[in-house]
Amino acid sequence: MKTSARGPRLRLAPSELDPAGGTALELLETRNLSKRFGRVQALDGVGITVRAGSVLALLGDNGAGKSTLVKILSGAVRPDSGEILIDGKPRSITTPRHASDAGIETVYQDLALCDNLSVVQNLFLGRERSKGVVPFRRMVLDRPSMEREAARAFESLGARMPSLHSQVSNLSGGQRQAVAIARAVVWRRRVVLFDEPTAALGVEQTGNVHRLIRRLRDRGVGIVMISHNMTDVFAVADHMTVLRRGRKIADLEPGSCTPDDVVARITGSDIAAESRL
Amino acid sequence: MEPAVSGVPDPSGEPSHDGFVSRLRQGELGFIPVLVALLVAFVVFHLANPYFLTPRNMSNLALQVGVLGVMSLGVSLVLFVGEIDLSAGSVSGVCAVVLVLMASWYGIPGPVAIAAAILCGAAIGWIHGKCITVIGAPSFIVTLTGLLVWQGVQRMLVGNQIGQVLIDDPLVLSIASTFMPFWLSLLLVAVITASAIVVCSRRWKQQPEAAPFDRLALLGHAALFPAMAIIAVAVLSNHMGVPVLLLVLVGLALVLTFVTEHTPFGVHVYAVGGNAEAARRAGIDVARTRVILFAVCSAFAAISGIIAVSRQYAVDSNTGGGNLVLDAIAAAVIGGTSLFGGRGRIPGALLGAIVIGSVANGLDLLGQSANVKSIITGLILLAAVSVDMVARKRRIRTGAAGA
Repeated sequence: MKTSARGPRLRLAPSELDPAGGTALELLETRNLSKRFGRVQALDGVGITVRAGSVLALLGDNGAGKSTLVKILSGAVRPDSGEILIDGKPRSITTPRHASDAGIETVYQDLALCDNLSVVQNLFLGRERSKGVVPFRRMVLDRPSMEREAARAFESLGARMPSLHSQVSNLSGGQRQAVAIARAVVWRRRVVLFDEPTAALGVEQTGNVHRLIRRLRDRGVGIVMISHNMTDVFAVADHMTVLRRGRKIADLEPGSCTPDDVVARITGSDIAAESRL
Repeated sequence: MEPAVSGVPDPSGEPSHDGFVSRLRQGELGFIPVLVALLVAFVVFHLANPYFLTPRNMSNLALQVGVLGVMSLGVSLVLFVGEIDLSAGSVSGVCAVVLVLMASWYGIPGPVAIAAAILCGAAIGWIHGKCITVIGAPSFIVTLTGLLVWQGVQRMLVGNQIGQVLIDDPLVLSIASTFMPFWLSLLLVAVITASAIVVCSRRWKQQPEAAPFDRLALLGHAALFPAMAIIAVAVLSNHMGVPVLLLVLVGLALVLTFVTEHTPFGVHVYAVGGNAEAARRAGIDVARTRVILFAVCSAFAAISGIIAVSRQYAVDSNTGGGNLVLDAIAAAVIGGTSLFGGRGRIPGALLGAIVIGSVANGLDLLGQSANVKSIITGLILLAAVSVDMVARKRRIRTGAAGA
């Protein structure tokens, strides 16, 4: 089935390329988010802004609160206080289901793929398309439709699969990332949260994942990316937010600072750098 | 759009991953081991005793395999999600008692009694599933409890009688003693062949670039089940015809094959077996899926109990006992199902049950004891798992190649 992955080039309608309909739109905003685990203040009044078609890198040392923030946005953790706004309107996200209803997809570090299923089956997992005649309506898998859609998603990301029917266990690390990312495309997500997307990848695969993330951004998706990796951050981020011990320390732009500045902010060791910026 | 960036290199020139040949190379053996086992069993027993392959004995074999076959279909479902059901034998026994007591003591008509027995099985399986998902106890323990409890209930219900309760309901008895007329068998063969042709031609069109050997394999794959149906009908028609029991077994296998391979629920089953956490994050109700499978497994155990009653004209405290449930698990594993979950197919369980049934039948003909049967079945199981483990190492190697 190489053909379906390569396929005839499909032109996407402008509305699909940019579902938000603009680039400066604020898709997601948090205000004063706080979360305490026992005696540890994991988040302390954090506000971030995610715009359509841009990548926000969330930076911080271990325990800075990045993961807690992402878990709150994906509905896995409930904040003690603060607001989440989607399209400027407050919205409560307390379960993973709420998050996906709000158009938020999380690409976990372990990718949450089923190794024993095919690429297509993983893309549509939990949302299979089905067909069937009257007594058995919506009972039979609509494979051709899912395959077409999957081919389109990979096409639009510029990712190639050996075959849409390959078991995911046969894919490389980068290809697996591509499957997880393509899920967000297929499900028309508006905000995608990445948790250390390149942590387990080699140099070439990392470059491929950067390309995929940029493609996703160019489709108008708002992206939040947790990373320790300055190469990642400077390769794809449009904005950076640095957290330290649960508080937001700084909002930075990759154009106006160096990796060293950012590292200094993350560790908090270089107070001079803080006063300079 | 800018030209597609080759985000991930495409190994062009190499065979596609879904072709038969590359699957083999990746260690996906499919039904090959179980078919080889079946062929070997048939050849060996034919050479040892030419009576084995006679239509009369094949007809016997078809009837003997019903109880085990239906049970192993149900057990496979539970194995697909990486769980196990040790209670299927006891459940089939207790449901058989329910059937016989309803029909013989209370004079409830056959169809109602059969439906009640199956519902009883489903309810028992539902309880097992709830215990596993709500309490969080391992299925091994819960169904071991089930094995003991339902065996006790069965003996209590039967024990007041002299160990055996007879049944004379015509419908129940007819299940294992009716044979299809020749024209009906021919019609079924035609339907099976036609559907195989439709499926094959669809796949053929989907793979315009497939390698010639893959195409050959596709044809062989498509021809397998029609060929088996034609041979079965040709042989069995020389005796009394195709037993209705065989039709029930194959029909149930087809229904489960359809559900596991062509419905969203089936994908969820394999997803839960492969990576339950990923399934949960994808919005699949993992607990509900498990409970449904345990209920269906026990309902199939009940059906196998009904078949046992139909064959014995009675139920006793041993119905569904002995090695039955272990043989059912063995049949599924011989057919390629992994105990770790996420891997295996329904037709494999059917073929595995036929292998075990053939061994039992063949050794009977040679005058061997049940002990020898047990030893041989065990060795076949070990061989099947060994072949799978060797293939699995290959799978891991090819799977890890890119990661």
